[in-house]
Amino acid sequence: MAESTPSDTPLTLEVFTAGLWRENPVFVMMLGLCPTLAVTNSVINSLAMGAASIFVLVCSNALVSVLRKLIPKQIRITAYIIIATFVTMVDYIIQAISLDLYNALGAFIQLIVVNCLILGRAEAYASRNSLGKTVVSALGMGLGFTFALVCLGGVRELLGASTLLGFQVFSSNYEPWVVMLLPPGGFIVLGCWLLLFNWLKQRKTTKMIAAEEAMDTTRQIETS
Amino acid sequence: MQPDSLIFIFINAFLINNFVLALFLGLCPFVGVSAKRETAFNMSLATIFVMFVSSTSAYGINLVLQYFDLQFLRLISYIAIIASAVQLVEMTMKKFTPALFRALGIYLPLITTNCAILGVALFQTFREYDFLQCVAFSLGAGAGFGLAIMLMAGLREKLELANLPNITQAAALSMILAGILSMTFMGFAGLGGGGA
Repeated sequence: MAESTPSDTPLTLEVFTAGLWRENPVFVMMLGLCPTLAVTNSVINSLAMGAASIFVLVCSNALVSVLRKLIPKQIRITAYIIIATFVTMVDYIIQAISLDLYNALGAFIQLIVVNCLILGRAEAYASRNSLGKTVVSALGMGLGFTFALVCLGGVRELLGASTLLGFQVFSSNYEPWVVMLLPPGGFIVLGCWLLLFNWLKQRKTTKMIAAEEAMDTTRQIETS
Repeated sequence: MQPDSLIFIFINAFLINNFVLALFLGLCPFVGVSAKRETAFNMSLATIFVMFVSSTSAYGINLVLQYFDLQFLRLISYIAIIASAVQLVEMTMKKFTPALFRALGIYLPLITTNCAILGVALFQTFREYDFLQCVAFSLGAGAGFGLAIMLMAGLREKLELANLPNITQAAALSMILAGILSMTFMGFAGLGGGGA
């Protein structure tokens, strides 16, 4: 959220990759948790939700960015209405493409509109950056979001139904861990992913401190 | 119990299909505001109140939209209604109950982005509840949100005193706790004879 990039910085790869890893919306910023947990009981659902979110995120942020000089700061609600328009479009598009998918995702397609990720990016990034950068950043964020959804969906589908994208993975001796498909599984799998990410981060900082200390000792030896 | 009786709708939204722990709605405040029991309590009061107001107004606007055959505007009008309901509640509170406003004031804008509120409005439309059923549903959902967030706040206050490994900082442990809570709530599944 604390994206304080001034609007005259050039468009770099960093703008794109920030959302993918360093500022991953789910694992690092904890934004948009509701759809993350609710629809990730299979990889297909996760991908569909990710694609829908990318579409809404990119389109609404682009529009907010284009209109950023016209919209006064006080009326935040306009951003909501822009988002709601695109969500209604996605809702009808998914309904037209696949009714099964529409029924599986249920009300959560319409609930994209209150996904804090989208409004947060519209407020924190799109309302102060140029169109090109906004689109690239939104694409990165959206892909990061999808990546997180697939991480969760993959684990839950594998453990809960022993399939991946509908293909059987484990042999029939495997007793499916049904609770993973149910609500508690979503919370627990996300908790475990967060633990993993915390561990990775901690290992990185310890390594950096160790490297600095090693540098200091070599310098001391050289000077003495 | 009749599946469309008022008491069943209330209990269903309150315990069986708890909004936070079974439907994953309203997770942002659930993680964000559950550090202390007092703030959690204020937050849940504000949420119940806004849920009730926005659910009843959503019921009204849905009738208007159906009359003019404009269902595709539903989402946009619900959003507008919730945002303005929150504004209205804020202003009314400021005028008539300043004490309550001071306690709840900062939480009210947060509630606008709470997906549980929009969730109530959408679900009651999908299930075609009548007015009284909407009231029971919104009160049950609000009470369920309050119950979940209070339980979580109690657990987290205890955890403050515990000696934890470093990697469980931030939200990681809250998620696992929520998972265990959610598993407990699955025990309510058979309540009322109908299941979910």
